[in-house]
Amino acid sequence: MSVLIFAETERGKFKKDALELASYGRSISDEIKSKLVAICINSNNPEELSKYGVDKIICVNNNDLENFNSKNFSDCISNVFLKEKSQFLILSSSSNSRYIGGILSIYTKAAYVSNVFSKPTKYKPLQLRRNSFTNKAYETVEVISDKVIISLCRNSYGIIENKVKSEVVSETFKIANNDILVSSTEKLSDKVSIADADIVVSGGRGLKGPENWHIIENLADVLGAATACSKPVSDSGWRPHSEHVGQTGKPVASNLYIAIGISGAIQHLAGINSSKIKVVINTDPDAPFFKSADYGIVGDAFEVVPELIEKLKKFKSLNN
Amino acid sequence: MKILVCISHVPDTTSKINFTENSSKFDKNNVQFVINPNDEFGLTRAIWFKEKAGAIVHVINVGLHETEATLRKTLAIGADKAFRINIEPMDGYSVAKCISDFINEKDYDLIIAGRESIDYNGGMVPGMISALNNINFIDKCVGLEIEGKKVRACRECDGGKENISTTLPLIIGSQKGLVEESDLKIPNMRGIMMARQKELIVVEPGQIDIKSKSVNFEKPKEKAEVKLISSDNLDELINLLHKEAKVI
Ligand SMILES: Cc1cc2nc3c(=O)[nH]c(=O)nc-3n(C[C@H](O)[C@H](O)[C@H](O)COP(=O)(O)OP(=O)(O)OC[C@H]3O[C@@H](n4cnc5c(N)ncnc54)[C@H](O)[C@@H]3O)c2cc1C
Repeated sequence: MSVLIFAETERGKFKKDALELASYGRSISDEIKSKLVAICINSNNPEELSKYGVDKIICVNNNDLENFNSKNFSDCISNVFLKEKSQFLILSSSSNSRYIGGILSIYTKAAYVSNVFSKPTKYKPLQLRRNSFTNKAYETVEVISDKVIISLCRNSYGIIENKVKSEVVSETFKIANNDILVSSTEKLSDKVSIADADIVVSGGRGLKGPENWHIIENLADVLGAATACSKPVSDSGWRPHSEHVGQTGKPVASNLYIAIGISGAIQHLAGINSSKIKVVINTDPDAPFFKSADYGIVGDAFEVVPELIEKLKKFKSLNN
Repeated sequence: MKILVCISHVPDTTSKINFTENSSKFDKNNVQFVINPNDEFGLTRAIWFKEKAGAIVHVINVGLHETEATLRKTLAIGADKAFRINIEPMDGYSVAKCISDFINEKDYDLIIAGRESIDYNGGMVPGMISALNNINFIDKCVGLEIEGKKVRACRECDGGKENISTTLPLIIGSQKGLVEESDLKIPNMRGIMMARQKELIVVEPGQIDIKSKSVNFEKPKEKAEVKLISSDNLDELINLLHKEAKVI
């Protein structure tokens, strides 16, 4: 019996999500008194996971797995799941993990519950809480299977240190031929992606035009944040589609979401509501966003944001 | 080329979400239902293949009689034939299994399912079908070109895009970007008239297992009142974000 996590790496380093999965997995392992196992592919520093409670770290190092491939990764993870007689497999909510979640559930004959945001509320039978209706409701789901795959929402559990003595083992994995071939990748920029960002700075129609976006970008730079936008902004070609967030765009689950010149339409809010803290800057005190935000400033973005940038620079220089 | 588009029948994005039967079921009263937006992008691409390359487009929904208006709409937009598997969807697995069994006896080259539905947000149906039927799968597909059996596709990943080459048969998880929003079709009168003549076939499901079930729903609590900070006191905002919220 074991709890397995898929600890994702990026250029050899564990993603923050991986550490959160380890922390979450540890709490389930303690609850059901079983081992916590991690599978990591091409990690430079697998031992790091011992700091977060992983008992056994399985490393697969293979140049052919340098780039993500849904079939190879699914084969590799399901092999480990079956070998380790796992009852739980915990995945992050990254695009890659969400890609393979459904596939893995068939390969391992496990139930699959996505968007989970808390520890099981019950073990016999297993009950999990998840976001549904695009953050407009929480759903409690009962699992009808002795094995389950959980995809955990980002930032929902947190990273908790819990040093243990871990066993690190290397496994080889033979790659089967498949005909899904990634021929090239296009990175949007070197900046942090919306999915991985702790802070997201987002602009709406209130910014009047693409020529004003430097204020959004400058604010994002000071905060080390990703930039995002509302749907009409990307529809008008002011910003790329990849920045569109909301119900029909990308979901955001950051620690801090700053909305500038965004009215707060229901479809926009649905997609960003799982962010922990929301700040709104808007000229209109009646903008619906104020009802969903934690902090608000009624004011003109063109005056408030540049001043905020200067003050944040000062704050950063004092606090770093 | 034969294409099957999986259609989920979901509440409109502006719907107020309520629950009944002791908060165990979604309340369908006074809710406007639409084609799931992610499916609609896929359907539009399928119709494009029909118009440009003579593809045959079928649509399928797993659901009870109430979903037929949504299926009729897909026929009015241009799909050739609709199938409805007559069972109330219970979980993502049972929906995937129903569609997988249906596909087994057919020879579809391309299957399109939305990346996720905006009601239960499972995001699992296309991946499960690919594994059940052993066909290639591309999730979050934002570009799809087909020549013979050869496919060139583009997938959105975190922080960028991947260009992928693969072969038919294929299933994709569709989303915005596969076609532009301005390409979405609104059914016209002629389409609506023609849709009435098209076949909508009801299929009885086989033995279907489920792997999970909904126990209950809860709505998020009303948010505490926003803290307003004067625009002349931005230091206060920074202070609150640092000390109170601890996010910077
Ligand atoms: C099916 C469907 C799906 C949708 N999906 C999404 C989605 O995923 N994401 C999304 O964002 N939208 C979505 N929408 C659109 C949504 O309904 C809104 O139209 C959109 O979010 C509004 O964008 P906005 O807030 O940028 O613009 P507006 O609503 O025009 O708001 C602009 C705001 O800027 C403020 N403002 C103006 N000048 C200034 C200034 N100088 N300083 C500060 N503030 C200023 C105004 O007071 C106003 O509140 C969807 C709609 C539909 C029908």
